[in-house]
Amino acid sequence: MALSLEEVRKIAALARLSLSPEEETLYAGQLSEILEYVRLLEELDVSSVVTMTHALGDGESASLREDVPLPSLAPEIATENAPASEAGLFRVPRIIE
Amino acid sequence: MASVLECSLFEVADALASGRVSSREVTQAALKRIVESNAKLGAFLKVTPDGALDQARASDQRRARGARLSPLDGVPLGLKDLFVTKGIETTSGSRILEGFIPPYDGTVVEKLKAAGAVIVGKLNMDEFAMGSSNENSAFGPCRNPYDLSRTPGGSSGGCAAAVAARQVFGSFGTDTGGSIRLPASFCGIVGLRATYGRISRFGIVAFASSLDQVGPFGRTVRDVAVLLQHVAGHDPRDMTSSKRPVDDYLASLDEGAKGLRIGVPREYFMGGVDPGVEKTVRDAFEVYRSLGATLVDVSLPHSKYAVAAYYLIAPAEASSNLARYDGVRYGLRVESGGLKDTYAKTRSQGFGPEPKRRIMLGTFVLSAGYYDAYYTRAQKVRTLVRRDFDEAFRVCDVVAGPVSPTPAFRLGEKTSDPLQMYLEDVFTVPCNLAALPGLSVPCGRHPQSGLPVGLQLLGRPFDEGTLLRTARALEREVGPLPRPTCV
Repeated sequence: MALSLEEVRKIAALARLSLSPEEETLYAGQLSEILEYVRLLEELDVSSVVTMTHALGDGESASLREDVPLPSLAPEIATENAPASEAGLFRVPRIIE
Repeated sequence: MASVLECSLFEVADALASGRVSSREVTQAALKRIVESNAKLGAFLKVTPDGALDQARASDQRRARGARLSPLDGVPLGLKDLFVTKGIETTSGSRILEGFIPPYDGTVVEKLKAAGAVIVGKLNMDEFAMGSSNENSAFGPCRNPYDLSRTPGGSSGGCAAAVAARQVFGSFGTDTGGSIRLPASFCGIVGLRATYGRISRFGIVAFASSLDQVGPFGRTVRDVAVLLQHVAGHDPRDMTSSKRPVDDYLASLDEGAKGLRIGVPREYFMGGVDPGVEKTVRDAFEVYRSLGATLVDVSLPHSKYAVAAYYLIAPAEASSNLARYDGVRYGLRVESGGLKDTYAKTRSQGFGPEPKRRIMLGTFVLSAGYYDAYYTRAQKVRTLVRRDFDEAFRVCDVVAGPVSPTPAFRLGEKTSDPLQMYLEDVFTVPCNLAALPGLSVPCGRHPQSGLPVGLQLLGRPFDEGTLLRTARALEREVGPLPRPTCV
């Protein structure tokens, strides 16, 4: 399927990307080409096939552990890579006027 | 004496154990080689000489005390720049993580440090491991040590180039759709992607969580077996890591190929493979036959759908994983009015073209109205790909074929057409979709270009032992490639 520029803008908004007009045109073309290629999958009748929802092998299951607190990073260490932080907290732009 | 750097990891471990050389000498030699060759090669993004020499000194002290040491103790290794390393910048090849200094080590790094390995630096890669040529790195390309005009393959290009160019004795990368096997093949070394769940993914920058898996690079099969042995096993911090016991990979390494049933998928030889690659791979089959293995005709009928399924599932998972790069907790922030604009500006400036393309594709296929048509269908096809292998492994022990349709291609040759680049992964992605272990071992040189050609071996889940044994049998006959002369 071919993606319109309007659809590309909608996807970019959902993905929290602000694209330049050049990028919008580029991705409209490239994504349309990729989506055209993946139409190959339409050849297959998958109506009775189960969905592979995880990559663990037969007999394997996600390994859960007891819900007990373990040591974790101290707030001042967890925030030391933040672009803006204060007193072990992340600073973000104001969201409520 | 010839440079110690010409030794395999196993040989240098022996030289260290016998006291013929110290870790300090080996590490200094590796660091000197990196300084001399890295400007041309671009394999390392960051070299950590001080830390490496400290670790080397500590190793020599342990040895002087007569402590019982692992074969990795004192041996210089490199890590793809997506393993988080305490106190050492970790970028995942992206501007959005430039300057990120992790406050902890991931599990693989912890295990390597516990084994005494000397970490000399962080290796170049496609941004967020998205690419097949290492050209998507935000910090410049890496080159193929056998021909500097060509790519080393991706996404773990730096890992393969550094090992082939004798900068380090081994390295660790990740393989989401071929990112270990393809560069190992292009650079003429051995690279193994472990079974999903065999090696902990804790402390690795995530790309596509149901497909990502770690693995080692080495110049010999034995080196790769030793490296795998030290990082495999259960980790309670990764809920997808398996509790199965880890095999002794060295125990069966030299059992030879006699009696092995090697499956040759007919779909891998139905046109589209470079004739020189096909001939080199078929010659390897003949070697196996001469060693007493049986070649078995097998069919993987859904192979032709694997790339399409992969390029829906992997971008979908990536779009979710990469949502965390929002300029709040780490990495780049581009302030712009409110929070929403800050997110969008940060991500638009921080991500390069390939992650943006995949985030867009993944967001689209997961969006309302398209989810079932694209994502659910792809996951059903994933089931079919996996069933193909289940069937094949009823009649064979390993599946063998080419790693890629061509040998290493030139830098810039495929960058303008993403779909052409994706199709480079046609033989590697089925392994990831089926969550299998896979390996590339050198099987010769391309008859026209002389470039390395790798043989791909795929195995049953958790049967890395048979893969290594099969690869070792070939290596004994064709040998590791001679060292590259360009660097």
